[in-house]
Amino acid sequence: MNAIMTSEEMPQVAAPTAEREDLLRVDNVSLSFGGVKAITDISFDIKKGEIRAIIGPNGAGKTSMLNVINGFYHPQVGTITWQGQVRRKMKPYEAASQGIARTFQNVALFRGMTTLDNIMSGRSLKMRKNFFWQMMWYGPAREEEIEHRKKVEEIIDFLEIQAIRKTPVGRLPYGLQKRVELGRALAMEPDLLLLDEPMAGMNLEEKADMSRFILDVNQEFGTTIALIEHDMGVVMDLSDRVVVLDYGKKIADGPPEEVQASQAVIDAYLGVSH
Amino acid sequence: MAGLAGAASSGGDTFPKILLHNAKVFGDRTAVREKDFGIWQSWTWTQVRDNIRDLSLGLKELGLQQGQKVAIVGANRPRLYWSMVAAQAIGAVPVPVYADSVAEEMAYVLGHAEVAFAVVEDQEQVDKLLSMDSEVPTLKDIIYDETRGLRDYDHTHLHDFAAVQALGRKVLEKDPGTEKAWEDGFAPAKGSDIAVMLYTSGTTGRPKGVMLSFDNLIISARNANAFDHLDEHEEVLAYLPMAWIGDHVFSLAQAFTAGYCVNCPESLDTIDVDRLEIAPTYFFAPPRVFESMLTSIMVRMEDAGKTKRRMFDYFMGVARRSGEKILNGESVSLKDRLLYRLGEFFVYGPLKNRMGLTRMKVGYTAGEAIGPEIFRFYRALGLNLKQLYGQTEASVYITLQPDGEIYGDTVGKPAPSVELKIAENGEVLYRSPGVFVGYYKNDEATRSTKTEEGWVHTGDAGFIAENGHLKIIDRAKDVGKLNDGSLFAPKYIENKLKFFPNIKEAVAFGDGRDRVGVFINIDLTAVGSWAERNNVNYASYQELAAHPQVYAMIQEHVDQVNRDLASEPMMAGAQIRRFLVLHKELDADDGELTRTQKVRRNFIAERYAPLIEALYDGSTSKHVRTEVTFEDGRVGAIEATVEIRDMPAHEASGLQEAAE
Repeated sequence: MNAIMTSEEMPQVAAPTAEREDLLRVDNVSLSFGGVKAITDISFDIKKGEIRAIIGPNGAGKTSMLNVINGFYHPQVGTITWQGQVRRKMKPYEAASQGIARTFQNVALFRGMTTLDNIMSGRSLKMRKNFFWQMMWYGPAREEEIEHRKKVEEIIDFLEIQAIRKTPVGRLPYGLQKRVELGRALAMEPDLLLLDEPMAGMNLEEKADMSRFILDVNQEFGTTIALIEHDMGVVMDLSDRVVVLDYGKKIADGPPEEVQASQAVIDAYLGVSH
Repeated sequence: MAGLAGAASSGGDTFPKILLHNAKVFGDRTAVREKDFGIWQSWTWTQVRDNIRDLSLGLKELGLQQGQKVAIVGANRPRLYWSMVAAQAIGAVPVPVYADSVAEEMAYVLGHAEVAFAVVEDQEQVDKLLSMDSEVPTLKDIIYDETRGLRDYDHTHLHDFAAVQALGRKVLEKDPGTEKAWEDGFAPAKGSDIAVMLYTSGTTGRPKGVMLSFDNLIISARNANAFDHLDEHEEVLAYLPMAWIGDHVFSLAQAFTAGYCVNCPESLDTIDVDRLEIAPTYFFAPPRVFESMLTSIMVRMEDAGKTKRRMFDYFMGVARRSGEKILNGESVSLKDRLLYRLGEFFVYGPLKNRMGLTRMKVGYTAGEAIGPEIFRFYRALGLNLKQLYGQTEASVYITLQPDGEIYGDTVGKPAPSVELKIAENGEVLYRSPGVFVGYYKNDEATRSTKTEEGWVHTGDAGFIAENGHLKIIDRAKDVGKLNDGSLFAPKYIENKLKFFPNIKEAVAFGDGRDRVGVFINIDLTAVGSWAERNNVNYASYQELAAHPQVYAMIQEHVDQVNRDLASEPMMAGAQIRRFLVLHKELDADDGELTRTQKVRRNFIAERYAPLIEALYDGSTSKHVRTEVTFEDGRVGAIEATVEIRDMPAHEASGLQEAAE
């Protein structure tokens, strides 16, 4: 679990990204809070099966962008197309039930609950039996729960967190909490996984582990991933394509090598007066 | 030398033959369990046979031939154990390798062994092996257990374990006669054939490939089973490195010969919970496992309520007084007997349950000397913990402590069919049916270790006490003298220090010097918890290690050790006069410990030469810069100023005698 593969060792998956189908399209989206413009006229797409990074200096509008995608913010201008259909205004839980899962920049778990229960809570949208049945925990409800538990155990195995299965997450170190949060998002079996700084505050080893998990999620489950990350090494190694924001505007979009070489990006990071 | 059990007495003289025998005799008995997806999955002896057969036939299809070597790399998993026997059924030789060794170490071993196949646990190991292309040109095919992350690799020479078994099953379906042919294939194999090659972790120099025959392993295993009355009802936990002789004998040789059940934990981090769930009846652990269990108990007791703590202290006092006597069947006063019963109910029972040792019939510790206080603690609880002394070259067993003859400072009497003698220079020599065939491709080393009459040099200094028990002092080459002529046995001093839960590792210096100086490594769990209770703030291991209060605490421990040493005539001259607390944890990745967590004294002496100098030049602090290797092979550096403290010596309370 230690060595991160360099990008040239990484075997290329299926068709090149450009030819793949759009999972999500953002067209000319603008978002403002009162007079503050958080996002201005941004368009980009996320293809099925890719790892798409969103980067930019602090305050560039990255998290706002994620919040727009998962329906937490509603842009004043522009359209969002999800799996070929233009999306209407929706609540975050509607986005969740349509297959968009996310993790947060600051860990947002149920601190008093165990790892197992936290991940299990990610399954709640998939539970079909009503409250009464679940309370009785009998017959079909029980079968259903066993089915879900199996799925959750697969995720625990996948993320190698067996040892903390029954530990309340509040007692876990930060790196592990992040992993549990990823587990909860995976429990939804999402089509699109939004990761908001999955490696913030981690040490080198934890970052290496997390990178491997992200790659594995993408490969094993075919999950499309959009991630915000500040560690450029990680972004360049992991992502298929990168979109760069600065002051709410898109300043670059393309494969990592291309973006890295872009003068606009270099200026944004090194600071050029606007 | 057939004494107790000949190899062919029952079940056969090779593991594939014993496998067929067990499948017939034990059929539906559980042979293996593994915790997976939170549940203990199990396989019966019949299922194990079928699994091994399918794999073996699959390997043959892939081109594995008699005499070739098969590397086994990974944590303890049923499939990896099966791979060893599957290879043996074709006449190939399995070579288990330490899974956590860095690529360079592993490449040397695999290259030296000229492995043709490798069965590995997961992607991490596959990547490691693929990166060694040039060092291991003989390696053709890799078979992996865990499919994750490997989907998009080039599969021309890479195979999923299940796919190889499916290949074997296909051959079997096409021609049902194949099974008979497979069995006939290993029927002519003899006990004297090489069963396995184990590389010794090597405290010095390059690892050596120890070739063990089926006879070596099977006769030793049968003797050990008879010695401790082990049968098919035992449960063991397989959690120690598969490349280590101990695990090979306990989890494979003895399991096959006795027919007992081997339980593989879910992961290395869940061992404590898994042990609790399985409650093994036969348990083996190196001293550090017992040490860390004791440390975690002590740490928890510190956090417990007053009543609980008082109860624990009181009953542990009772146990120390009478527990061991009761275990040994000696006479104990009625009052103490009753109190002990009470203690069993309130303290010992729950404690043993917590550690997963409730059902333990017999437990062994070996690999290093165990601190007598730690050893006594477990015995006092009524656990039949014993010491054994063994080596890879002996198929483990050299001496064992028989039931009822337990002396904390000896390692027991010669195991069945083992002869012992002490050389002129104090080195222990032995001869037994378990004595290895030779070192692979290293006749010179074989000749210098094994005499023509079959006596093997252990490299350990020791003597046979009046009661016939062997007493090991230290590595023969480590035992030295201070300039004033006092005996200096570093390990003896280190073990005394390591009994304190706050001290994880210690390295003593003194040979050819005026006085004894010691490096100390604090135990982060114990000291961290102490810091939390005492409002000591720290940001890193380094900061905690250098904290004045931590120093004061360690100083007390060192003083206590000096007091102990002063009371022993042979050791009084070698009291600790100066010590320092190291700013970093000794780590196998940095080469400071072996893979089995033994201190590599010479290496440390070299690496920390400036600190050793400071130990002896009288300075009170020293600035050092140490390079560290991260797990992915990158290199960084830690800098720190280490404080060095002087210690007073205590008056020797016993008579001072010459060491000889």
